[in-house]
Amino acid sequence: MFTFHGGIHPYDGKDISKDKPIVDYQPKGLMVYPLSQHIGAPAEPVVEIGEHVLVGQLIAKETGFVSSPIYSSVSGTVKAIEPRRIITGDHVKAIVIENDGAYDTVEFTPHPDYTKLSREEIVSLIQKAGIVGMGGAGFPTHVKVSPKEPDKIEYIIANCAECEPYLTSDYRIMIETPEKLVEGLRIELSLFNNARGILAVEDNKPDCIKILKELTKNDDKITVIGLKTKYPQGSERHLIFATTKRAINSSMLPADAGCIVNNVDTICSIYQAVVEGKPLLHRIVTVTGDCVKNPQNFRIPIGTNYHELIDEAGGFIKEPEKIVSGGPMMGFAIFDLDVPATKTSSALLCLSKDQISSAKETACINCGRCVEVCPGRVVPSKLADFAQNGNREMFEKYNGMECCECGCCSYICPAKRYLTQSIKSMRRMILADRKKGGK
Amino acid sequence: MDKKLKVSSNPHVRDGMSTRGIMLAVIIALMPATIFGVINFGYHALLVILVSVGFSVLSEFVMCKILKKPVSVGDCSAIVTGLLLALNLPASFPLWMTALGACFAIVVVKMLFGGLGQNFMNPALGARCFLVISFAKYMTNFTTDVYTGPTPLAIVKAGGEVNIFDMVIGRTAGTIGETSMIAIVLGACFLIALGIIDLKIPGSYIVSFVIFILLFSKRGFDLNYICAQLAGGGLMLGAFFMATDYVTRPITKKGQYVFGILLGILTGVFRIFGPGAEGVSFAIILGNLLVPLIEKITLPKAFGKGGENSL
Repeated sequence: MFTFHGGIHPYDGKDISKDKPIVDYQPKGLMVYPLSQHIGAPAEPVVEIGEHVLVGQLIAKETGFVSSPIYSSVSGTVKAIEPRRIITGDHVKAIVIENDGAYDTVEFTPHPDYTKLSREEIVSLIQKAGIVGMGGAGFPTHVKVSPKEPDKIEYIIANCAECEPYLTSDYRIMIETPEKLVEGLRIELSLFNNARGILAVEDNKPDCIKILKELTKNDDKITVIGLKTKYPQGSERHLIFATTKRAINSSMLPADAGCIVNNVDTICSIYQAVVEGKPLLHRIVTVTGDCVKNPQNFRIPIGTNYHELIDEAGGFIKEPEKIVSGGPMMGFAIFDLDVPATKTSSALLCLSKDQISSAKETACINCGRCVEVCPGRVVPSKLADFAQNGNREMFEKYNGMECCECGCCSYICPAKRYLTQSIKSMRRMILADRKKGGK
Repeated sequence: MDKKLKVSSNPHVRDGMSTRGIMLAVIIALMPATIFGVINFGYHALLVILVSVGFSVLSEFVMCKILKKPVSVGDCSAIVTGLLLALNLPASFPLWMTALGACFAIVVVKMLFGGLGQNFMNPALGARCFLVISFAKYMTNFTTDVYTGPTPLAIVKAGGEVNIFDMVIGRTAGTIGETSMIAIVLGACFLIALGIIDLKIPGSYIVSFVIFILLFSKRGFDLNYICAQLAGGGLMLGAFFMATDYVTRPITKKGQYVFGILLGILTGVFRIFGPGAEGVSFAIILGNLLVPLIEKITLPKAFGKGGENSL
């Protein structure tokens, strides 16, 4: 069985939106493009206020190797370059574009036969397209596909697990355009001499497994693997372990285990960047939850306002108590819908009941459920104690830095302790200090 | 949207199981043994149970008030403690001593160390040992209207033969809740089915205990003796309901096996080489004291640092 030890089985909520085909949505309102939608240096604007832009026009360029450019996904006029609120609640410098609704597009240069392109040309196309990890982390993809020793890469793993509850965007892609996913994976494979491709799908999606197997039956470089359905099966380190039995710790990179892991939407974007010559302009977002009238999967231009998306999904039928950008395990709770969707926004989840504020935190009874479910194989209850007491030394000694912040311990805790949250805060403090100390 | 949205750090969902739910499940699981005890020993057993539970809850309530802490009786853990203590007492035990024991369990063993989750030994067993030391005569008096002879364990210790069938059903002398193996195992199966306890501790405890008595009892492979040792005394109640007490057992998986084996050996030592016929409560208490040490030496390896394959 392809899996890892630990993990949980929360209510998956996927039935709400899994059978809703992807609908193209064309926004009407203001578009907002935060300059930092990725890990690394923020992009730098190359347009001026008042300038007219087209769909696919570069509006902010990268400022280093670990950085990523941003393109306009609508045509219209640059209205402002100013700090705007993003999903985390921070204000980040952003380009605001008034959408003229015409969707006038720049001309793209397609490369129907990517095999004629050199390795450098493909990597450059990926970089220029502004592709980043669209599963949530937002790590620039061109950096991922440029490891120090390319010949040591043995596996390129397409992360088709979609283990996060409620999310169905990857599922819809696999059902509707699986050939783009497979072709995208082949393009990535062409960059490496010794790599094999793995399409890793959770076994609660047998239809996807069947489709992908059918598409790759004559390709001996690509295998489809059915993973045990369990959260966090799509966590990078645990996915690598499940598929290759290689385990990396928090201070190692997937490349150290000869692996590169990419999300479904990311790989499809690679296909579009290389074959169709299109930069990253759209992404698939699941709008779901018990408050939404018509839960759906949308293909939206990046920069679309969340308010518009809710309206397009029929608005609310119940008053939401909590709205999460992303899934319920890893997503951000937002306090204002007036924020833009970015390259990493996978879902908008609207819940009528917030299970967190209604649960009261009580004393730890040492039940060990957190130890049972922890995919990092640490002892969350003790780490949270150390974190709350500010005991950094013991926190590190008890492998606190190996936590992947998946949230399983907080989910399962019968005393409703804020385990993940405490551990996460301590980890952030330690990481910030290490950065300061230059270690 | 009129109301303000709630925000918090992820994850945004929680499992349905709560501390109170766990405690209620344990209480339900103890019901077969409790009801059997009352039927077996008569109304005085019921009084002991009610007094023990009542004083446990009352003393926790009073302590919370004195210590100006939020009243925690709602989590039902005091009921579990009171019930377990009563099941470990003889049916004829005086009620004022029962009340004293219940207060000792809650006030001294539990609340003075910080309340739920902080006690270093099982409160019910701590109180039982307190009562054994203080009122040895009453604690070892198992004569009731129904049973007059010694307990089966005392009989086998003296070299006699016992009726195993009666012991499995529970029709023997003993404490209120320990006599019926079948009632205890029934309750334990319920907890195992709910995932509240597992077989790591009870399994390693019982197996290591059997191996120990096979090696050291000098009885060879005497089936009657082994069955009497298993079904008699507090072994079943202790292994399934008290050694598995979350607060006072190791949290690490490896540590739980170590703990179980340790209890098996200690129980064997006390039962075979000790002066009395019984040894479960002392074994568990001693084991409780070693838990921090066991946890320290069995700390799991992290994922990516060698721990990814261990169960």
